[in-house]
Amino acid sequence: MARITASVYTSHVPAIGAAIDLGKTTEPYWQPVFQGYEFSKQWMKDNKPDVIFLVYNDHATAFSLDMIPTFAIGTAASYQPADEGWGPRPVPVVQGHPELAAHIAQSVIQQDFDLTIVNKMDVDHGLTVPLSLMCGQPDAWPCPVIPFAVNVVQYPVPSGQRCFNLGKAIAKAVESYDEDLNVHIWGTGGMSHQLQGPRAGLINKEFDNAFLDKLIADPAAAAAIPHIDYVREAGSEGIELVMWLIARGAMRDIADPSASTRAIHRFYHVPASNTAVGHLILENR
Amino acid sequence: MSLDKPYLDVPGTTIFDAEQSRKGYHLNQFCMSLMQAANRERFKADERAYLDEWAMTEEQKQAVLARDLNRCIAAGGNIYFLAKIGATDGKSFQQMAGSMTGMTEDEYRAMMVAGGRSVEGNRVIGEDGNAQAHHQPQGSAGQKVKA
Repeated sequence: MARITASVYTSHVPAIGAAIDLGKTTEPYWQPVFQGYEFSKQWMKDNKPDVIFLVYNDHATAFSLDMIPTFAIGTAASYQPADEGWGPRPVPVVQGHPELAAHIAQSVIQQDFDLTIVNKMDVDHGLTVPLSLMCGQPDAWPCPVIPFAVNVVQYPVPSGQRCFNLGKAIAKAVESYDEDLNVHIWGTGGMSHQLQGPRAGLINKEFDNAFLDKLIADPAAAAAIPHIDYVREAGSEGIELVMWLIARGAMRDIADPSASTRAIHRFYHVPASNTAVGHLILENR
Repeated sequence: MSLDKPYLDVPGTTIFDAEQSRKGYHLNQFCMSLMQAANRERFKADERAYLDEWAMTEEQKQAVLARDLNRCIAAGGNIYFLAKIGATDGKSFQQMAGSMTGMTEDEYRAMMVAGGRSVEGNRVIGEDGNAQAHHQPQGSAGQKVKA
């Protein structure tokens, strides 16, 4: 049977992708950011998954205002890196896993989450920057990826609690898949940042680190954080952090209190462009 | 019965909710059109003519022509859509975000390198933080206004 063995959490700042693509990772501004992912790249090699279930948000790329799905699961065979206006990132095409994705879609919808099923879309920096951070610059990504896009652009976005519960449903869906697959679930976006208005540039290290603490040790409390706390404390775009709760909700200790989750890597740095970079790897034990 | 909008008292911040999205539909869809290289070229060749192809309000068109992102957001724009205008102009996200504060590019970048904008005084309208209305514009532009 398929199982989720680990969850990865990371910011997905577009400027990080540009720094990688333009060979700037050793510059003094960027070096501390990439230093925080050295452990992670080795860990990815040592713990190569069969499939990554990658929770991210589309930034007005595949989804315009014509259609705004709250939760969208990619069931395609492959996904092209999108041209977001600066030209497509020079990264590998993302290979999907249509069989597992279709299985998860059916199971999760039967658990009362109304997913939108997407058979054709391009993927933007929200999905490709985490892959670059964790895998470097390979000729092909190490395994198939199931894109899972969450609306965090138009308010109201799904609540942290709903995201957390959705994570539980995804874990259940994965565990009911017959093939023996090692699955990682990634939650991306955040941490504190605001990209608009006179309050642009907001960073809140105290909030971010308290969020990381809670996500590890008291995830139910993290799930209970209301929208307004993210907006007020972590900036209007800090609300992307609700996506981390989907990955956390899928860890085994949520469904089974006798199981344990171990944090094997934690990293935090300010700034990357407008944003606080947070990163965490949790393993099921 | 009115909707619950607890975010209206956050200073210097416009939440892109269903109402803003409705107001900004054509403005944001115009921005989406700039994801195609041919449209970027047509826009750059004659901005006004290109904008006139869209069912945008005059205020939205003027805000775009002025590259005033705060005005664009007030008129229903969302930063992820407006970023396509910045990409067309060759601007980074940091340049775009900074432009809404009144700070110069160097001033904004220095603020971020120093740890970003503090939340203190910037949680609720009426406090005294640097994102509050009575402290605009920020940076050297604001010092000139006061002088």
